[in-house]
Amino acid sequence: MSTPVLSVEGMTVQFPTRRGILTAVDDVSFSIKAGEVLGVVGESGAGKSMTGSAIIGLIEPPGRISSGQVFLHGERIDTLPAEKMRRVRGRKIGMIFQDPLTSLNPLYTVAEQLVETIRTHLPLSAADARKRAIGLLDDVGIPDASRRIDDYPHQFSGGMRQRVVIALALCADPDLVIADEPTTALDVSVQAQIIDVMKKLCAEKGAAIMLITHDMGVIAEIADRVAVMYAGRLAEIGPVRKVISDAAHPYTKGLMGSIPSLLSDAERLTQIPGSMPRLTAIPQGCPFNPRCSYAFDRCYIERPDPLPHDERRVACWLYDKEEALS
Amino acid sequence: MSTPLLEVKNLSVSFDVSRPWLNRKLEGQDKVLLKAVNDVSFSINKGETFAIVGESGSGKSTIARLIVGLLKPSSGDVFFEGKSLSAGLEGAEARKLRRRFQMIFQDPFASLNPRWHVADIVAEPLRVFKTETGKQRREKVGELLSLVGLSPEDGAKFPHQFSGGQRQRIAIARALAANPDFIVCDEPTSALDVSVQAQILNLMKDLQDKLGLTYLFISHDLSVVRHMADRIGVLYLGRMAEIADAKSLFVDRQHPYTRMLLDAVPDLGMTGKPRKPVEGEIPSPLDPPSGCVFNPRCPLANARCRTERPELRLYGPTWAACHAVEEGRDKAA
Repeated sequence: MSTPVLSVEGMTVQFPTRRGILTAVDDVSFSIKAGEVLGVVGESGAGKSMTGSAIIGLIEPPGRISSGQVFLHGERIDTLPAEKMRRVRGRKIGMIFQDPLTSLNPLYTVAEQLVETIRTHLPLSAADARKRAIGLLDDVGIPDASRRIDDYPHQFSGGMRQRVVIALALCADPDLVIADEPTTALDVSVQAQIIDVMKKLCAEKGAAIMLITHDMGVIAEIADRVAVMYAGRLAEIGPVRKVISDAAHPYTKGLMGSIPSLLSDAERLTQIPGSMPRLTAIPQGCPFNPRCSYAFDRCYIERPDPLPHDERRVACWLYDKEEALS
Repeated sequence: MSTPLLEVKNLSVSFDVSRPWLNRKLEGQDKVLLKAVNDVSFSINKGETFAIVGESGSGKSTIARLIVGLLKPSSGDVFFEGKSLSAGLEGAEARKLRRRFQMIFQDPFASLNPRWHVADIVAEPLRVFKTETGKQRREKVGELLSLVGLSPEDGAKFPHQFSGGQRQRIAIARALAANPDFIVCDEPTSALDVSVQAQILNLMKDLQDKLGLTYLFISHDLSVVRHMADRIGVLYLGRMAEIADAKSLFVDRQHPYTRMLLDAVPDLGMTGKPRKPVEGEIPSPLDPPSGCVFNPRCPLANARCRTERPELRLYGPTWAACHAVEEGRDKAA
């Protein structure tokens, strides 16, 4: 098997604070192959965005990756010096952020921003870079790209701005795109368009995508595999069909049941009692134990690691074979 | 049929978004009016949940504000139990009427005063309407907090000590304090995570059963609306495109815009149905298209749609404003 585009091994991100060390991402491992879309879901504070930022080396100090390794095409990138990392970022890894208005500079035209980014990473003349920029805007579905390219960000609508941000992320044909809630700020009709654009680009350019979102519908639509995060840890990771239609981890089950469906007529939604623990007060053992209706003795003492189960990995003692045998 | 609890008749509001007077005079520009809500009519029966869905900029929140009286309509009127709200907004009777309306806002981080104790926040409507003595008020606050799933001791805390979902519970407790009949909920769960959203939606349904509340539920999330609403109005660019029973809207949608909106919802069931590409975006309300406002994005639009504005008409159980539906062009296509 070929080396995955991205592979993360046992990554832990910690923030030293006055009240002790907070662990925002705790021993997370996964990998993404070329052309694959990995969805990362979880509630706010689950560590989704922090995982994304850690991979591209954008954690604000004093936060740091305290242990674990990140490999891009088999090459370790979490230990690269800042200067080298900057060249990886943008060139090999593209980023798409949630709010298109804040990720574009309002004082420069779209052309200036695209050309600058292209020329930073690729040895192209200004004229060629501009041509490439127009091509990119065409790819992401901006009509009349050669004219619109000289507009300022405020002259674009929200959906169009997000397309510009996607074009910006794709400037240097990156191998990996990390998209952090790319459709959250958009209306459903526009969201559908953006999902289509991302799907198409992933298929055409063979880029791996890490899609961070809290919207299961978006994941179902676009992802190949999905990772469910809870309190900084991986709860479940596996093929999207398996995880969505036949969730194994009690948290995933609750999460899926709490989504109102367009198809079913449920009188009440399943609800998970309580809320996610704060990072300062993560319970011992499995972090989900206070809210879990299946929790037994072992869950309060020993922390489960993601173990293989039915084509996926699940961090839950319910699926530990040895325990089941004894 | 009995009188509906709330009736909205030909409601319109425009905002003046012109440049300052001197600029207009110097640059020879006219006044610019933005029609945020345009001739909207609907009614809500007692005990029912009426939902308004639409994209951003369609005027959903403006309607909510018009109904609770935070904005004054340019024309049209709102009737509560047959009484006009715009005719007698001043005076004791209006105040009595107002008590029976409450509102829950979208962002529980902005709608609660961070400097007040939770008990004071919840008690504010009681104080304003002077319905109880101090002691009764404190008891009532405790009851309200337990009703929404918090503990009476939480009253001594400040809003920042609560999570988003708990804050929304506080906002609900405050809305319930004045014993309202009618609550306007403006995107009450869009700032919350799905698991918390499920808790709040269940709570709102339970309270409706227990207290016989009537909701106007505003949301952009179609699956949430389907879960909560009895009837749904689909709003597009300040106009009602379709009003239908929740059940028939999802089974037998009439208006092409509703179809587009429903087709755009990501498919969690992963039936693998090919998604219809969505065309275009909502146009600027400053310069709305002539005729049917949806015509530039509509696959069924023809010359009539571009010139003549469609009115809401009844088709089976559904009200829709569409020439194509009227002429049966939608079935032919």
